[in-house]
Amino acid sequence: MATATPSELHPVGAFVPLPFRVAERRQDTGDTWTLTLEPEESGFAVEPGQFAMVHVFGVGEVPISVSGPPERPGDPIVLTVRAVGAVSGAICASELGALLGLRGPCGNSWPIAEATAGDVVVVAGGIGLAPLRPVVLHTLAQRDSYGAVSVLYGARTPADLLYTDQLEEWRSTIAVDVTVDAAEPPWKGKVGVVPKLVATAEFRPEAVTAFVCGPEVMMHFTVQALRERGVPDERIMLSLERDMRCGIGLCGHCQLGPTLVCRDGPVYSQADVGALLGVREL
Amino acid sequence: MPQQLDEVLAQIPFFDGMAEDEIALIAGCGRNVHFDEGATIFRQGDAADDFYVIRHGTVAVGNFVPPRGELVIETLEAGDLLGWSWLFPPYRTHFDARALSPVRATQFDGKCLRDKCAADPALGFDLMSRFAQVLIERLQWTRLRLFDLYGNGHSV
Repeated sequence: MATATPSELHPVGAFVPLPFRVAERRQDTGDTWTLTLEPEESGFAVEPGQFAMVHVFGVGEVPISVSGPPERPGDPIVLTVRAVGAVSGAICASELGALLGLRGPCGNSWPIAEATAGDVVVVAGGIGLAPLRPVVLHTLAQRDSYGAVSVLYGARTPADLLYTDQLEEWRSTIAVDVTVDAAEPPWKGKVGVVPKLVATAEFRPEAVTAFVCGPEVMMHFTVQALRERGVPDERIMLSLERDMRCGIGLCGHCQLGPTLVCRDGPVYSQADVGALLGVREL
Repeated sequence: MPQQLDEVLAQIPFFDGMAEDEIALIAGCGRNVHFDEGATIFRQGDAADDFYVIRHGTVAVGNFVPPRGELVIETLEAGDLLGWSWLFPPYRTHFDARALSPVRATQFDGKCLRDKCAADPALGFDLMSRFAQVLIERLQWTRLRLFDLYGNGHSV
């Protein structure tokens, strides 16, 4: 029996970081930046939901969800990064023209094609909107291919909301419902948790696909709310976050029972991982 | 032709599955009201004589906290209940409620309902069970926020 070599199993760019330069940078919130990176030589295409291992030379490497995926190798890639540690902080601090290394694309993707002709509800919490942004952009670009499309988005405070200008643009085409956990004047929007928005979102439970990303507890309550609306577990898609190191299913750090999140995920259906998420030891 | 109040209530999720005669009893304590955007529905410390079922619009529940101003604890939408201080002594509201948009609601006389519940324990149990479900849900949502889920929980 022939055995595949590592280079056959993994595309170019999976092992060796490819050089990308920071072409644009924008501060979204106090600790979150969106960077547009252009490949120096060859890049790689990315499907919505996949992530890249981002290498800051001399500092380290972290997995970052792609918020603006390149359709073809050579296209720029957009990353939204929250500065929470040494590496992510260094990524956010990268000046225009700085060189970063990217390995990828890593992981699987959101099943957007399977949702065609049905309704779509996107439920995002905090930085979880970043990996879901490609789903929203896809449904906007292919608006006629989908029924009702809703974005339900929750953040800590109004100052922590991502893509505020884009949320307003999206509102002209799809339903966008935003809430925050805490607010002070002059905020006039909703205050409360994002799972609560599920109850009044416009979608047909029998024809909707839910795309959910955020802190795991937030996803747990969102799943409960979706189930109460009658959405089956098979059509509740979750993007999981685990301790990803290699990004290509070799090191085992991101193991969740029988699955490696960096290789088999990060996108799973609730039917596939719901029981695993309830196991504290995993 | 305008709908009777009991017909309106039958369409509100809070009253799902409630017997028609019970809805009719409750409707006898209610009336439809309207609040303009920015209107104060009640203030902290007011007599809690009433509660509301919001049928349209958004209501902010909060408090004035010097020097930060008016802090909103939660916003309530169509289908939500507003006010439960009418249930127990001393029947005083604990928070402010303000209309963030034009609001249509059904206002219920708390004393009227308490009297009917006392006279009809089956109605009382049904109504209190429904209120308990709302209270538990609000408590769960509040607990979820106490986790500060979007805080800095990572380090890489």
